[in-house]
Amino acid sequence: MKSVRLTGRRGVPAGISRRDFIKFCTAMAAVMGLPARMGPRIARAAVSPRRPSVIWLSAQECTGCTETLLRADHPTLATLILDLVSLDYSETLNSGAGLQAEEYRERMIRENEGRFILVCEGAIPVNDGGIYCQVGGRPVVEILKETAPKAAAVIAFGSCASWGGVPSADPNPTGATGVDRIVKDKPVINIPGCPPNPYNFLSTVLYYLTLGKLPELDGKGRPKFAYGRLIHENCERRPHFDAGRFAERFGDEGHRKGWCLYKLGCKGPETFNNCPTLRFNDVGVWPVNIGHPCFGCSEKGVGFAEPLFQPARPLYITPPTQFAKARPEPGRGASTLAAAAAGAAVGAAAVAAGVSLGKKDGGSGEE
Amino acid sequence: MSGSRRDFLKFSATAAVLAAAGGHLAASAAEAPPGAVGLLYDATLCIGCKSCMVNCKRVSSEPGGPLHRPGRGIPYEFREGDRVHDAPEDLSGRTVNIIKVYRQGTGMVKDRERDGYSFVKRQCMHCVEPACVSVCPVAALSKDPVTGVVGYAPDRCIGCRYCMLACPFGVPRFTWDTNDPRIVKCELCRHRYPDGGYAACCEFCPTGASLFGPVTELRREAEHRLTLSPGSEYAFPLGRIGSGRFSRNRVAGYHRHVYGLREAGGTQCLLLAGVPFALLGFNPGIGEEAYPQFTWNYIKKVPYLVGLLLVAGAAGRRLTAKDENDEEDI
Repeated sequence: MKSVRLTGRRGVPAGISRRDFIKFCTAMAAVMGLPARMGPRIARAAVSPRRPSVIWLSAQECTGCTETLLRADHPTLATLILDLVSLDYSETLNSGAGLQAEEYRERMIRENEGRFILVCEGAIPVNDGGIYCQVGGRPVVEILKETAPKAAAVIAFGSCASWGGVPSADPNPTGATGVDRIVKDKPVINIPGCPPNPYNFLSTVLYYLTLGKLPELDGKGRPKFAYGRLIHENCERRPHFDAGRFAERFGDEGHRKGWCLYKLGCKGPETFNNCPTLRFNDVGVWPVNIGHPCFGCSEKGVGFAEPLFQPARPLYITPPTQFAKARPEPGRGASTLAAAAAGAAVGAAAVAAGVSLGKKDGGSGEE
Repeated sequence: MSGSRRDFLKFSATAAVLAAAGGHLAASAAEAPPGAVGLLYDATLCIGCKSCMVNCKRVSSEPGGPLHRPGRGIPYEFREGDRVHDAPEDLSGRTVNIIKVYRQGTGMVKDRERDGYSFVKRQCMHCVEPACVSVCPVAALSKDPVTGVVGYAPDRCIGCRYCMLACPFGVPRFTWDTNDPRIVKCELCRHRYPDGGYAACCEFCPTGASLFGPVTELRREAEHRLTLSPGSEYAFPLGRIGSGRFSRNRVAGYHRHVYGLREAGGTQCLLLAGVPFALLGFNPGIGEEAYPQFTWNYIKKVPYLVGLLLVAGAAGRRLTAKDENDEEDI
């Protein structure tokens, strides 16, 4: 796969015009919160001959994360895996299978040691020696442990890879856990979501290619450009929350009118993600705008942990809502008094000066 | 003034007797009526959605509500422009219930004093012994003998606004901007009771932060919440006590005090919060004594004074009557 190069004229990937390609790169810069002038630089990085090799491991997963990537439209999957990156191993997209594919993975890891990007999809089971998820007869936890030290960067793609996700839901019989609990010697970038937005993944990869470093991460290892704000902050139903208008049940008047879904258990007020602004499938949809409350898929301890329709606990007060202050501002009586006293003193001095001046004038007049 | 001299004397005598009897009643600690209803606001559950404010204003503007003025609709703070965000700054002639916020430092953590925030709901506390009722010279404000709700009768009000000065919580407000002004305050949605309704703020609260119910049960519920260990799960009742609806939620760390159990002689509205109540705008100078008690030693002498004046007046007239008759003859 790595040898296949479908590069078109002047370094632009085949199948799209140069203009479209630059537009895509600039859009990616916007997603990452980078200035627009980074667009051409991203484009140069994306078409450089040093396309990074990507090894895509699959553990306890539903393939939803790969599926979300298949639905990326700018660029298309073909552009993505053949021109932007070199997707050297992916169980879903491999052309080869069986031992042949396993051998190819090992060869690619050997050839690109220290340079490839390791993407992991799905939770890693650790109970009973990790026997609950095996590839080619080997527990996936072993494969991860031997692959991760050789990677340049590790990306946990999806909620399962980030902290365990669905398989780790109580009682978690397989001991499903996140990649960052296994890989300790290098930072793991978590891109949680069920599924995550493919452009968050793509942006992270391009950020790394362009700037040669990892994007800024939050406390849970997520890129801040994507997971910096609560869903609540940018939600299009937010004005209804601030005005106390709630859908009481599915299909009622408020639900049909697009009112806030908080009472139906929306976890937007405690979940960090950019769904309301980036949206999905390139047609501008996301769960809340089609009428289903957010269930907190990208937030550890919320998604798959809290009951689906239990109301959330908003984390903090987010603009634009306003509240009156509980206590009025402390008064400034003392300083006003001091100013008045100072004014009185000045006035008294002026009067005294005036009087003494008057006396002098009077005195001179008499002489 | 209609009514005969005889009626007036009878009224004075009755008032004197009642005052003497009332002196004994007031001396013992007053208790809310057995059927008293109230409200428990738990700031740790509040999410600041203002659902209570929106629905309070809507329901209070219905006939019988404190904000109802025939033909005038819902009194928004701003008469023009976007009414999606009705943003009152305080209780006013247009607002009888408001969610305010305490915020310190970064304000990022709920129910914490430093670098945290807390919501607070301000409205009429429905005192067991209301100062506003005791100062009202025309009994326009009265405490319902059954529900204990402090209600207002606009047709009796003379607009003296003594109640606004007397209330320790600063609740009664005046509709200064109308040509037929009146006092406005929360009446705990008493106009909805006949139809089985209850306070709108509680009915529409999504988390159970505002809870309606009998005062005795609210007190029990509030004290029970203080015994829960922070972090544990608890089924908080939604709407009103006995509604059968619950919201499972984590118990926050409470500031260990139920506001309203003893403040100002006890109130029918109780509050729980995660931060001290002084930070939430409650005057720390409010003690445990009921406000009418402060003036009772003087007020209770008024009937005797009236009696004394009657006697003195009658004696004066007797002494001077002859002279007046003489003048009339001339």
